[in-house]
Amino acid sequence: MATPKKQISSFRLLGNISSIKMVLIKLRTLIALIGVFIFFSLTATNFMDPGNLITMTKHVAIIAFLGIGMTFVIISGGIDLSVGAIVGLSGMIAGGLIYEGLIIPLPMFGVEITFFFNPLIVILIALLVGVLVGFINGIIITRFGVAPFIATLGTLYVARGFANIRSGGMTFPRLYGDPALGTDGFPFLGTGNILGIPIAIWIMLLIFAIAVYISKKTPLGRHIYAVGDNEQAAKLSGIRVEKVRMFVYMFAGFCAAIAGLIWASQLGAATPKVGEGFELDAIAAAVLGGTSLSGGRGTIGGTLIGAFVISVLSDGMVMVGVSSFWQMVIKGTVIVLAVIVDQFQRKAQLKTTLLQS
Amino acid sequence: MPEIEKAVKSEFDDDVILKTENINKIYPGTLALQDVNFNVHYGKVNVLVGENGAGKSTLMKIIAGIEQPTSGKIIFKHKEIQLKSPIAASKKGIGIIHQELNLFPNLNVAENIFITREIFKNGLIDHKAQEDKTKELMQRLEHAINPKTLVSNLRIGQQQIVEIAKVLSQDMEIFIMDEPTSSLSDEEVAVLFKIVDELKSNNVSIIYISHRLEEFMQIGDYITVLRDGRLIAESLMKNVDIPWIINKMVGHDSIKFIRKEHKDVSNEVVLKVEDLSLSKLGGGFLLENVSFSLKKGEILGIYGLRGAGRTELLECLFGVNPEAKGRIIIDGKIVETKFIDERIRSGISLIPEDRQREGLFQNLSIKDNMTMASLKNYTYFIHIDSKDEEDNVKKQVRNMSIKLANINNLISSLSGGNQQKIIIGKGLLTSPKVLLMDEPTRGIDVSAKADIFKIMDKLAASGQGIILVASELKEILAISDRILVFSKGKITGEFTREDATEEGLVSASAIGHEMAHNTNIRRITRNGNSKKTNIKF
Repeated sequence: MATPKKQISSFRLLGNISSIKMVLIKLRTLIALIGVFIFFSLTATNFMDPGNLITMTKHVAIIAFLGIGMTFVIISGGIDLSVGAIVGLSGMIAGGLIYEGLIIPLPMFGVEITFFFNPLIVILIALLVGVLVGFINGIIITRFGVAPFIATLGTLYVARGFANIRSGGMTFPRLYGDPALGTDGFPFLGTGNILGIPIAIWIMLLIFAIAVYISKKTPLGRHIYAVGDNEQAAKLSGIRVEKVRMFVYMFAGFCAAIAGLIWASQLGAATPKVGEGFELDAIAAAVLGGTSLSGGRGTIGGTLIGAFVISVLSDGMVMVGVSSFWQMVIKGTVIVLAVIVDQFQRKAQLKTTLLQS
Repeated sequence: MPEIEKAVKSEFDDDVILKTENINKIYPGTLALQDVNFNVHYGKVNVLVGENGAGKSTLMKIIAGIEQPTSGKIIFKHKEIQLKSPIAASKKGIGIIHQELNLFPNLNVAENIFITREIFKNGLIDHKAQEDKTKELMQRLEHAINPKTLVSNLRIGQQQIVEIAKVLSQDMEIFIMDEPTSSLSDEEVAVLFKIVDELKSNNVSIIYISHRLEEFMQIGDYITVLRDGRLIAESLMKNVDIPWIINKMVGHDSIKFIRKEHKDVSNEVVLKVEDLSLSKLGGGFLLENVSFSLKKGEILGIYGLRGAGRTELLECLFGVNPEAKGRIIIDGKIVETKFIDERIRSGISLIPEDRQREGLFQNLSIKDNMTMASLKNYTYFIHIDSKDEEDNVKKQVRNMSIKLANINNLISSLSGGNQQKIIIGKGLLTSPKVLLMDEPTRGIDVSAKADIFKIMDKLAASGQGIILVASELKEILAISDRILVFSKGKITGEFTREDATEEGLVSASAIGHEMAHNTNIRRITRNGNSKKTNIKF
């Protein structure tokens, strides 16, 4: 047994020297974010203006909603490609209800009845639609055993299709509503402030806090990690794996619907094309934040930082005049680099465990 | 370390075709092989034996190029060689029949046999030629398997024959057979032995791994025993007998375990199982009308060969197989639920057989692993009381005397033995009335084994009912108050602690497995004399 013992002691020496390196690697996304901030504050005029910062944070909020939902899905060992389409669909549901109301044709009387709703009820309905799409995703995956990638690819098309069907592909404009019908007030969600801070950011902080709480302090959160880490072991620990799966897709749908509502409210209009490709930004935010696509690993905090990196990078590049084509090249490179560093860290960690034992 | 027996060393130094020198293999958490010097004799059947987890399969994987040793050399025909891949090994003429079948179920027999060595004609695969050759191979193996049949449509035994044919077609110099007979019928075994004789007469060297004593005593020329990753002994087969083999495999010093805290078992029945049955896909039973009971503070050992229904029994009790029929009664109450979480609440807990695949959450901490099945106990509404959780984990760690630095470290930082203790702790935190343990000492070192037995002893003394599945005879005899032997899904023997013997368990486990040629084994000795050996267990 002499040889292994020697290895351990020499590694401990090595370990102390490289531990600073490991800490730096672990905080890489935060360091990257600070780097991006410093770079753009030097190169882009007005970058650090409070106005600009608040606008950027609003963009962060959209990606953060999707990213937080996506993080739970990925930690549980799945993927959700439908969230971008849910953004579009929930916006169209809300926009339609405010712009033209709910029209129920009664052909036998030759009349139509139109219902108008208070914006709060509209928001509730749109959120329910998001949760419903997530529910359908969950059923397809847990009951019918379809791979999450395929199941949510299917609902991506279906949800996007319905978003277009709702208006025949048109935009619902002028979503300020009509006080006479009681439909006014919807834009407040996207443009209003409380204590000088946009509502969107308040909601983002709320969702963030809830998600962190779920992941750290509830049995459900623990179970999400367990299911993604080792499904068989999770089952044998008495975890109802299907229920956990259902939750993560419904939560992702809920978060996507919030993003859709805020987007429509900020714009004051709802377009069926909104949210195309957002699912990829959401996955990128989660991965940048250290979530492993193989499941079982990731944090909500990491994803929030990842969302900041993605959107600050985009906005900054727009401000310094990088062409949108080059923006894509740079974004893609950053994502791949992040995963390479992540793999490097995992290998280093594995080596540590191997030699410690 | 026990002295390695080299009584016959001088006799066979020259005819060694392949040897390993000081092979070490380290996996995360376990030292699988330690300084192994293994000799393969030219043109002979080299039997390799050892208990589960002794390192036999790992050693074979290294010789077949599937795994690389952490350190050590492989000498082939007096030259050191590097086997970086199975292809490199097969180029040298080393082929392996795996314990687990490695076939492509979606391809046909001929395609499987010629995979990566396809016969080409004009740049395309010549299916006709492959199928013709396959037919020849099948005739040699005395099996009428159509080369065009999909492998998924074959019985397991037939698949094993295909696996053998695959290696046979490659004209190997060294032929590794890792438990080749585990899924063969008696007739198929007889054919295999004929093939082995044929190969031997063509000077092919064979490494033969088996658990079936009568089998390898019959065909082996040399025997090598591994225990806990070390080579314990090697000898000519003709110089050894069954007591010698069992002695070397189990070891005198490996288990000195005495049930210190052992008390008389109470009369209070905690678990009653009535007529438990589980059907097999395609007819027959995995478990057939199994009835027994377990008392408080009793350790009930379950012994049997692989596939006897041991694991299935535990899984049915735990609710993993909801289609099982029969009654399970705990503390006088019938357990109706089919859900695992509710079975846990009704007082059953399972320590699964395969720690890596069924027990561990590699990315989670020691604490999170340990409380995964009992989170409800520390949860108020939806909130986990972290302090309560940590206190319980720390208490459990203390009770089980597990040595570890910090409960918030990743579980993968622990050794295999400590990981296993954490998993047992996870089961205990659910406060079970019945603790089911499936091979709890598999693949862990001797001292961790002793620790786990100590824990079990303590639990039993405090009134815990335990059902233990173990395939190591010495262990099950040392720890159990009572032993049930299973064979082919039925209870074929029941022994109390006093009247249980190794021979008794082995013969009960073979009921329903008798081989026609078992009573009179003809064995060709080295000098060519044939002699009759009666083997009795």
